[in-house]
Formats: sequence, C-alpha cells, structure tokens
Amino acid sequence: MDLQEKLVASYMAQTSATAEPTGLAKIRSAAIETFEQQGFPTKKMEEWKYTPLNKLVKTDYTVFPKKSKNLTLDEVQNYILHDVDTFKIVFVDGVYSSFLSETTHEGMDVCLLSAALSQPKFRKVIEQYFDTVTDLEDSFTALNTAFGREGAFVHIPKKKRVEKPIQVIHFSTGVNQNLMLQPRNLIVVEAQSEVQIIERHQSLTDTPVLTNVVTEIFTHKGAQVDYYKIQNDHENASLVDSTYIHQEKHSHAKVHTFSFGGQFIRNNLHFYHKDQAIQSTMKGITLVEGKQLVDHHTLVHHAHPNSESHQEYKGIYDGQSTGVFNGKIVVEQEAQKTNAFQQNNNILMSDKATINTKPQLEIFADDVRCSHGCTIGQLDETALFYLQTRGIAKKEAQALLTYAFANNVLASVNIPAVKTRINALIAKKLGVNLGFNL
Amino acid sequence: MLSIDNLHAQVEGKGILNGINLDIKPGEVHAIMGPNGSGKSTLSSVIAGHEDYKVTKGSLLYQGADISDLSADERAHLGIFLSFQYPVEIPGVTVTNFIKTAINETRKGQGLEEMPANVMLKKIKEKAKLLSIDTQFLSRSLNEGFSGGEKKRNEIFQMAMLEPKLAILDETDSGLDIDAMRIVANGVNSLRNENNAILVITHYQRLLDYIVPDFVHVLHEGKIVKSGGKELALELEEKGYDWIKHAI
Repeated sequence: MDLQEKLVASYMAQTSATAEPTGLAKIRSAAIETFEQQGFPTKKMEEWKYTPLNKLVKTDYTVFPKKSKNLTLDEVQNYILHDVDTFKIVFVDGVYSSFLSETTHEGMDVCLLSAALSQPKFRKVIEQYFDTVTDLEDSFTALNTAFGREGAFVHIPKKKRVEKPIQVIHFSTGVNQNLMLQPRNLIVVEAQSEVQIIERHQSLTDTPVLTNVVTEIFTHKGAQVDYYKIQNDHENASLVDSTYIHQEKHSHAKVHTFSFGGQFIRNNLHFYHKDQAIQSTMKGITLVEGKQLVDHHTLVHHAHPNSESHQEYKGIYDGQSTGVFNGKIVVEQEAQKTNAFQQNNNILMSDKATINTKPQLEIFADDVRCSHGCTIGQLDETALFYLQTRGIAKKEAQALLTYAFANNVLASVNIPAVKTRINALIAKKLGVNLGFNL
Repeated sequence: MLSIDNLHAQVEGKGILNGINLDIKPGEVHAIMGPNGSGKSTLSSVIAGHEDYKVTKGSLLYQGADISDLSADERAHLGIFLSFQYPVEIPGVTVTNFIKTAINETRKGQGLEEMPANVMLKKIKEKAKLLSIDTQFLSRSLNEGFSGGEKKRNEIFQMAMLEPKLAILDETDSGLDIDAMRIVANGVNSLRNENNAILVITHYQRLLDYIVPDFVHVLHEGKIVKSGGKELALELEEKGYDWIKHAI
C-alpha cells in the first residue's frame, strides 16, 4: 500500500471513530475526496517542477502515533523563547500539552483548535472561517483539511492590542515510527486589533517526520498580524507549510520565514486582498547546506485598488542544497494603483548548490507599479580579502558577509527576542562564534 | 622587519612583479611610487596575502620568517595591515561592530583574551577623536555611502585600533581633498614610532609632503628601478614618470 492509499484508509478509520458536526464532516469528506483523486503532486506539475516528492511519498508514515513520550522541560527548553513573556500553545505528537502551554480566554481566545471545533460556543466562528480561505484544489491542504483536528485557535476581538506574542510550537517525538502530523491553525483578528505570532515545528528524534501544516489567518479592517516562522528542524524532518491569509481594508499582514533546518521544506504563502488599501509583507532568510531543499512559493492576489505588497527573500545555499523561489503576483483589472515589489537575492556557496528562482507576474490593470528582481551570485572575493586583512579568519569573514547579506530582512523583525534567536541560529548554522548583534 | 628578495609574483598566470628587492626596518617610512600598471597595488596585495597572487620566485620574509604560505588573516595577526585604495562596503555591519570583531578575532589569533568592553569603548573614542570621526559615524554601515575622505579616515581609524607593526597604505591619498588628506596624514604620523614601519604606495608626491618618507622607491614594470631619499619624490613630480622610463 502506498502512502496515498494508506492515508485514505486511515481517514476512514478515523472518521468512524469520531463524531463531528455535519458541516465539518462534509468539509472533511470533500477534502479527502480531492486528495484521493489528485494524489500527491508530481514533478510534471509546474508548481512542483523543482521540488521532488518521491522520497517523501515512499516513506511509510503513520498518522496515528502509538505513544507519545513524556517530555521534560529540559528537553524542549531550547526551542521555546523564554526571554520574553508569551502565550504558548504547545503540542507533542499532535496532542496538546497543558504542562508546556499558557493559554487564555480572558478577553480573547488563545487556545486549541480541537476545543473550538467541539464546543458549541465556537460553532459560529468555525462555520464562518474554517477552510474558507484555503485553496480547495491543493492536495496537501486537502489532506490536512481531512485530518487536521488540532492546532492553535486564536481569536482576537475588535480593538485589542495583544501585549504578549503567542508561540505556537508543535513537537514530535516519533518513538520508533515515522510520523506524519497534520496541524491546523486558525487565526482570526477582528478590526483594529494587533497580534504577534511565532510558529515552530520541532522534531526531537532521528525518526523521519513529515509535517503538513495549514494555517488560515483572517485580518479584518485595520488589523495587524505580525507572523514569524522559525524553521530549524531536525535533518530527518520534512515540512509542507501552507498559509492562507485573508485581508480586509487597511489591514497589514507580515510574515517572516526563517528556513535553516530540516531535510525538505515547502512553503506556500498566499495573501488574498478582499478590499482596498491593504499591505502585505513577506520576508525570508534561507540558509541551508548538505542535501537540504527549501521551496518558497508565494502568491499575492491584488483584487482591489491602492494596495501594496512587499517581498524580500534572501537565500544562501551551500553543499548540494537546492532552493526554489516562485513569487506569483496577480493584479486584477480592478486593482489600479497597486504597488507590488518583489526581490529574491541568492548566494551559492558551492558549485553543487542550486537555486531555481522565478518571478511570475500576471497583471491585468494598467496603472500599477510592479517591480521584481532576482540575483544569484557568490560572496565577494575582494570583501573577503578585506576582512581577512583585518585579522578576521576566512570562515568568520564568510559568516560576516553572509550575515550582512541577510541582515536587512532582520531589520523588520519587531520582537527583539526573535531577532536575538535568529542571530544565534545563523551563527550556529555558519559554525562561527561571532556575536551577530551587529 | 620586512625583507623582500628577488620577489616574482603572478596573478592568473600573468607575471606582475619581476624581481622586487626591498628591506624595511622598524621605525622607517618607505614610499613606493610608480605609474599606473607598474605593480604597486600588486605588491601591497602580495605582502598582505591575497590568495589570487602567487609568489613564483624569490622570498618574502617578515620578522625573519617566510610568510608566503600564510593566509591574509594570519599575516594580520602578526601585525601586517593593508589600507585599501577602494575600501569595501559592507551594508548591515556597523563601523563599531566591525572593528570590535576585527580586534577580538585578531586577539584570538594571537592567543589573547577578548578585549574588555570598557577598554574597547575607551579606545574607540580615543582613536575616533584622533581622526575627527564623530560617534554617529561609528554606527553607520561599514563604508556604505561614505565619501572618499570618510572611507580613508575609516581605514586609518582601523589601523589606529589594530596598531599594526607594518602598515601598507595603498593610494591612501586618492579621492581626498586637502583637508581630508591632512587629517589622514596627521593620524598616520601620530601612530609612527620606532617599533613600527609604514609602506606608502602612491602615484603622486603630494601625500609625501605630509607623511615624510625616509626612502622613496620607483616601481616600473614590476621592478624597483630607482631608490633614494625623500627628494626623489620631488624630482619625480617635477620630471614625470617618463624621466624614469628614459633613464633606464
């Protein structure tokens, strides 16, 4: 039985064991049908041309973990930000850990999706939002919709500035079995409210883990969402991360993606504009080596006038690593005065590293400003020599230049603790002991 | 301190230096002059340890030891400093943090502890003052958007911080107006002492009015064709490089 068949069979087993409201059950059965018909994407599909899935779909993953390990604070300490007060929604092998979490229902809901899905008081919100902004044709998303029962549920009422960032962390322990996780996050931010969220998926074992996460974010009128994805997983871990953002008038959604670890990462980041005067910002640093693969697929759908989108992705590829950047910008005929900016700069540190970068602009309006640029290069030899003449050894000099290359993406990080953590991760990844609080 | 004997060097298979002889002792200031393409910058890169320049013949001794196999940073740890003609811009790294990194990496290379933060800060203030650099300048990205004068002052500021034994100043006067040149030259002069040496590489004589050399050498087609005292620079200025070409 291949993975696709196994997943479909697992779905049947799961549905018969759990009862859900009819609306939800319908959404799930439609989703598994989509997945069953489409299967996993193949390299023949334009969107997956440079991102082979053969190895992943040949791995025997199970969606039902036998037994989760009890984690101590010491084991997970490193992956949780401590130097800042935060809400925490933590899962271990897909199961909520109340021990590691700090949630709230005071004036807002920062809690579990499973609670929201099962409790009547949340039914209206779930009906209004769940699976309403996703790409229904995307088979990974459909698979998640079929299975996804747990994740973060964040609902911020109107005119509320959430003082503490929210950390959403999914740990996997995969004791003696290859695990496939399907976390599902739902974030609803009502008008004029602000929230900061940090998301992380972390495997604590050598056993292969495949995480297929879907996050839906709704930013209402004038709302601001500042979202950080820290992707620094174990070398046997793979991640397919699909994020769908619905934006209303005057809203600003920002997503920073830091991709350092993991064997395979595919990011699908979609912004849909539902009104005018919207800002969408997406930034990323990719720093990989060995046989790692990181794929960023972004989509900004400008459907109304006077909106802006800013994309800036920096990639540093060493060893035999592979990078993919595909930035799609759609500007509908109605979306006059759109200002869309896209930049993708890459450095190849070795002859065997590869980057496939493609801007994809579909513009149907005539009065717009759309600019895009991509570069592929090496570290500047003269700059390296310059640093060396100042006593900085080659490895450190390379690290410093790499850091300098990526630095302006960090400038827009608004949580100092996140910035410090990213700096430390970059230094660690580059194998140097330089304090990058430059 | 530096002893160069019959040095031949090439870059990308092309011979640029064709038998240089040069002996620099502690406390001395030497100037190398020459027309464009005579090999001046190559000589500075070879001494500082640029990977692309290969020594094919002759010897390069520093404090009595052959340094031709050492990397540029290892040479820096031994006290060799090169001020660049075109300092490199590094956006995202401030002047202060760059110099802190340079100092501490150098100390690491020398087997010393990191410099305590308060000592570092005091030293930065002192040396910045020497070169009329204000504190705002120190928090800008290294060389990014700097004027020609600012770049060169920043080079000499780094020299002042690192306190090299042998400083090579490659075309430090290029792109400088007279005021900036005076500041830079004063900075260099205040760093001179009996234990260190300076090698000034320049196309024009004017810098040598401010940084007065003990010896002047004329480089032509990768060879030192004439050496003398500071008056040789004036003679060159007056007669032009063609005079040398005809004389040999």
